[in-house]
Amino acid sequence: MENQVIKVRNLVKKFGRFVANDNLSFDVYEGEIFGFLGANGAGKTTAIRILSGLSAPTSGEVIVAGFDANKQSEKIKKNIGYMCQKFSLYEDLTVKENITLYGGIYGMSKQLIKERTGELLEKLNFRDYENRLIADLPLGLRQKLAFSVAILHEPKIVFLDEPTGGVDPITRRQFWEMIYETATRGINVFVTTHYMDEAEYCDRISIMSEGRIVALDTPEQLKKQYKAASVEEVFIKIARPVVN
Amino acid sequence: MNNAIESSGLSKSFGSARAIRNISFSVDESEIFGFIGPDGAGKTTLFRIITTLLLPDEGYVKVLGMDSVTDYKKLRKEIGYMPGRFSLYQDLSVEENLSFYATVFGTTVKENYDLISDIYSHIEPFKKRLAGQLSGGMKQKLALSCALIHKPRLLVLDEPTTGVDAISRAEFWTMLGKLRKHNITILVSTPYMDEAMRCDRVALIQKGEILAVDTPRKIMLGFSRKLFSVKATEKYRLITALRQFPATITAYPFGDSVHATFTGDIVDPGLYDHLKNNGVTHVSVNETEAGIEDRFLELMNKTA
Repeated sequence: MENQVIKVRNLVKKFGRFVANDNLSFDVYEGEIFGFLGANGAGKTTAIRILSGLSAPTSGEVIVAGFDANKQSEKIKKNIGYMCQKFSLYEDLTVKENITLYGGIYGMSKQLIKERTGELLEKLNFRDYENRLIADLPLGLRQKLAFSVAILHEPKIVFLDEPTGGVDPITRRQFWEMIYETATRGINVFVTTHYMDEAEYCDRISIMSEGRIVALDTPEQLKKQYKAASVEEVFIKIARPVVN
Repeated sequence: MNNAIESSGLSKSFGSARAIRNISFSVDESEIFGFIGPDGAGKTTLFRIITTLLLPDEGYVKVLGMDSVTDYKKLRKEIGYMPGRFSLYQDLSVEENLSFYATVFGTTVKENYDLISDIYSHIEPFKKRLAGQLSGGMKQKLALSCALIHKPRLLVLDEPTTGVDAISRAEFWTMLGKLRKHNITILVSTPYMDEAMRCDRVALIQKGEILAVDTPRKIMLGFSRKLFSVKATEKYRLITALRQFPATITAYPFGDSVHATFTGDIVDPGLYDHLKNNGVTHVSVNETEAGIEDRFLELMNKTA
């Protein structure tokens, strides 16, 4: 795992006097499942926005998929996938229309979109749903589709921001199997979650608190280091902010 | 003991979508009763009927001895409701929100302060701040204070911990536990299975139907097979290899291991060779106690 997909050195992001990201440095590698954890307000969303080219760092070096976040944010956007729980697919478009739309946004050729659409519908067992509106799909199916659409263009990295919030326990596990499968294809999966058992499924995790990374290692090492039985215990020990 | 809630045969549809079907259950006074289930299970619809905000198509629910349809005016004074989406006025300050809720119910903050002091004291230093500018954990504490300020006999909390980090979730449940001494009945819903353990009794709900109602302990004991925790270095390969093994009934990832059940409730000695041949190393298999989520998965598979 020597190929860096993300390289961050001394990343600082300020909003006025408020320091949202305070000197972050870390690397993420090809094919890795990287869990990005932290309490609400710890600075995760700010960091993800920078890593996905939506926001510029105040200072520091950020390289994502080989591109510099300070100068090449448009290139970053084309070379990553992104999915979040709250919004990913257009509810008033059909399954097929959503796939075509995203394929177009990612600059894929019509031929390639057609091929991948077929593969995707086959793989998800979605043939019966292709002309259904997203609004009519159960949440679990939507989330699986959203993830597949986010990696339609075979990006080097996909960001998943709380992808499994509210889904049933079976779907949640199927979703994680999709994550594993994606990682074995060499795509880096960068994921945030409030389910601490899911943190155990990651190759490595980082824990943020008040704008800083306070821990970064494999789940096993962190449990050993903090003499904890689970990642949840580690999290509660070290992620607690001083004031609320 | 009196029933705080008693429901029989409740059903509600929206067009062709059946949100809840034939829901019957009862909640004792002063109990913390949890509805555990994923989004779309029908939790919010059920809570809206109980809080008199929706009319059921069929069945009835008696809340604190009153009918949810005919006695709705009296009933509303006795219920504190914290809906899933943000219930606060973003452009009012912390203290303005609180006194607004008190005024609506014809009381004052001062009169019932003892009830909320444990919770409100955390956010009181920020009482001049607009609610819209609070952090997630603080909003949650303010919303709970507002739902309590008229001293309700029943507190209905719809997914109060969704999207909230593990630390704030733990704090929130500690606060609910402290409310016990005020004899308030608490009805709460959550998609987090681990929170079921904090309730006196829970109902597992899926696709509008109740799968089981009992104490968390008894629901766990309802798991029908021996459960094994399987660990190995290659987690994804382990899951797929386990599924291919003929004696495997179920295999689901659980934290750092895979929970599996096998025919005959035994570990076939051939399993180790099978895993080894599939490139899975450092295998360990141990019998383990089923948790609430194991039981939920089992019940879901039965109804699927």
